[in-house]
Amino acid sequence: MMAARARAGSATGHYLFRIVCGLVFAFLMLPLVVIIPLSFNAEPYFTFTREMLTLQPEAFSLRWYRDIADNPQWLLSVKNSFIVAFFATLLSVILGTAAAVGLDRPRFPGKTLILSILISPIVVPIIISAVGMFFFYSAVHLGQTLTGLVLAHTVLGSPFVVITVTAALSRLNPALPRAAASLGAPPARTFFKVTAPQIAPGIFAGGLFAFATSFDEVVVVLFLAGFEQRTIPRQMWAGLNEQISPTILAVATLLILFSVLLIVTAELLRQRSEKRSLQAGI
Amino acid sequence: MIEAGKPGLDAAFAVVRAIGLPEDRKAIEMERREHLVRGVAAGFHRARAFLLVAPLLLFLAITYLVPMGGILLRSVDDSALQTYMPKSAAALARWDGAGLPGEDTLAVFAAELGQARRERTIGRVANHLNYRMSGMRSLFNKTGRRLAAADEAKPGHPSWGEWLAELDPRWGRHQTWTTLKAASGRYTSANYLAALDLRHGEDGGVIRQPEGKRIYVKIFLRTLWVSLVVTVFCLLLGFPISYLMAGLPPRISNWLMIMVLLPFWTSLLVRTTSWIALLQSSGVINSTLVWLGLIADNERIQMVFNLTGTVVAMTYVLLPFMVLPLYSVMRGIPRSLTRVAVSLGATPLTAFMRVYLPQTLAGVGAGSLLVFMLAVGYYITPALVGGQSGQLISNFIFYHIKASLNWGFASALGAILLVAVLLIYWIYHKLVGIERIRVA
Repeated sequence: MMAARARAGSATGHYLFRIVCGLVFAFLMLPLVVIIPLSFNAEPYFTFTREMLTLQPEAFSLRWYRDIADNPQWLLSVKNSFIVAFFATLLSVILGTAAAVGLDRPRFPGKTLILSILISPIVVPIIISAVGMFFFYSAVHLGQTLTGLVLAHTVLGSPFVVITVTAALSRLNPALPRAAASLGAPPARTFFKVTAPQIAPGIFAGGLFAFATSFDEVVVVLFLAGFEQRTIPRQMWAGLNEQISPTILAVATLLILFSVLLIVTAELLRQRSEKRSLQAGI
Repeated sequence: MIEAGKPGLDAAFAVVRAIGLPEDRKAIEMERREHLVRGVAAGFHRARAFLLVAPLLLFLAITYLVPMGGILLRSVDDSALQTYMPKSAAALARWDGAGLPGEDTLAVFAAELGQARRERTIGRVANHLNYRMSGMRSLFNKTGRRLAAADEAKPGHPSWGEWLAELDPRWGRHQTWTTLKAASGRYTSANYLAALDLRHGEDGGVIRQPEGKRIYVKIFLRTLWVSLVVTVFCLLLGFPISYLMAGLPPRISNWLMIMVLLPFWTSLLVRTTSWIALLQSSGVINSTLVWLGLIADNERIQMVFNLTGTVVAMTYVLLPFMVLPLYSVMRGIPRSLTRVAVSLGATPLTAFMRVYLPQTLAGVGAGSLLVFMLAVGYYITPALVGGQSGQLISNFIFYHIKASLNWGFASALGAILLVAVLLIYWIYHKLVGIERIRVA
């Protein structure tokens, strides 16, 4: 009797638990799900109209998407975002991978200190980094230039590459590069032929993070960019603070699609890296 | 034993072995060569490792560490008077602070003020001093204009003191001159005092700001409080779903993980925007509540552009940072332990509390510290959905850089925030280890 009640209680608890989890997942998805239909709103509001809820076709429109394509400011910001993110990612990957490979040496003196310095840009609040770089870049005349933005975003992106490549190196079988070296391969060749292919998923993942960081960054841009260097987030920021128009929702929807693409890429990379680990017998 | 097993050594040993020295000398010779080879190899490898790390380290040192140091310098910088009116600064520093400065000091001051006006550097001094005492800017500009225009100066007056006091009675006040004396040095603690709602009194002692100007202690406390609340909410929401995912087969838990990571990968501005769309008074949630008849059309709840908006949106944004470490720790805890406890007679609740929960503490600690650390410095979300009551310390730093242009004060606020965050980072490092910071 008591056991039965306990079981009934635990079953209730089980369902309650599942319901709570369902609500949390709903909380996670709701903001993303809500934005997409709102971006097709024919009216200039951030809310569902009665016509939309009754699914009348004339309540939906692509006008906000056309708005993006017709607006030279948006087009410029898209161009700037891709330029800055591309070069910042490139620099982050090169500098970050080299540093991670160097630090991988077991008894690197001051390793912990150096690692904490290399990682600090993602720990220090972005507003402080932005203020510091604002003072500095203005002093060296890199304020209001794309070059300045690229360098600043490299600072913010490189820690991710250091972290992911360090993690990939720790999974690497240390016998492999040693075997290559003992067979006479010079260090550079060992790296590019043996180590690099093994840690490639880590490098890509770090690059992906660096790209996403730059692509989504607005605070540093607020400080360093002029009108000509506006990026997508900066343009959205202006829209949110000046005139709230559903164009922002259309951009948001496109960005969600873009992030789905990114996450699928990341997932595929992860699977590939797992497969590689299996093949390498680790 | 430093370099055992490094590339090239195996080959070297093979050579040594192949030489086939007599048994008794072999050990000694081996050791000698080994030592030599290892020393050279170690030096070579160390140099190469340094060369690999150096570019990023150098890059960050120049473009990041120097700017961070710049913030600290700027927060204590008080050199405006010394730079642009050096003789006055020296004379004021010598003044004993009793009564008003002597005639010599005033003459030097008047000469340099007129000169600063002519050389158009007066604005820098005036702006800087205006943060010490409001009204200083207009006083300097007004006086500078007169001094620059009339080189003959003080016509018909016996002293500079009288001439200045006649031009503006503020020059006859003790406080004006003590403020200038306080600014005559190179460094100041005034910005830090102001950040803690304190200031220098007329007698040089530290006193509290007047009632209406005590803002920043409140803002710091609010920032800490909001961060704490957000951390607790993230834990309350993140714990159950991490527990659920850790117990499911990977095929399903991977899909759920994507639901956690999708917001993580989505633009922060997009997520914040959608909370505006959801929470505003004409937004989705209020409209749904009205439609369901739960609230009347005229009593829509204000959930955004205030503290509530900040807390909700920040909890949402930071939740993945809680789930990731929790999940990775929980995945390593065998569920069989709880089952064993139950089979030994513990109730499921006891088994969970006494067996499972203690093992999750590493994840709880890592996730909470991470969320708290990120929350303390949050800028964008409070700026967009916080309204007046939901602004945090970062927002005030931004305001003082961009709007009030009081860069020294903004730097002091930033430095305090920086120290707080580095403290949490250090605790995180001690408890969790920075090598274990993982992204996704």
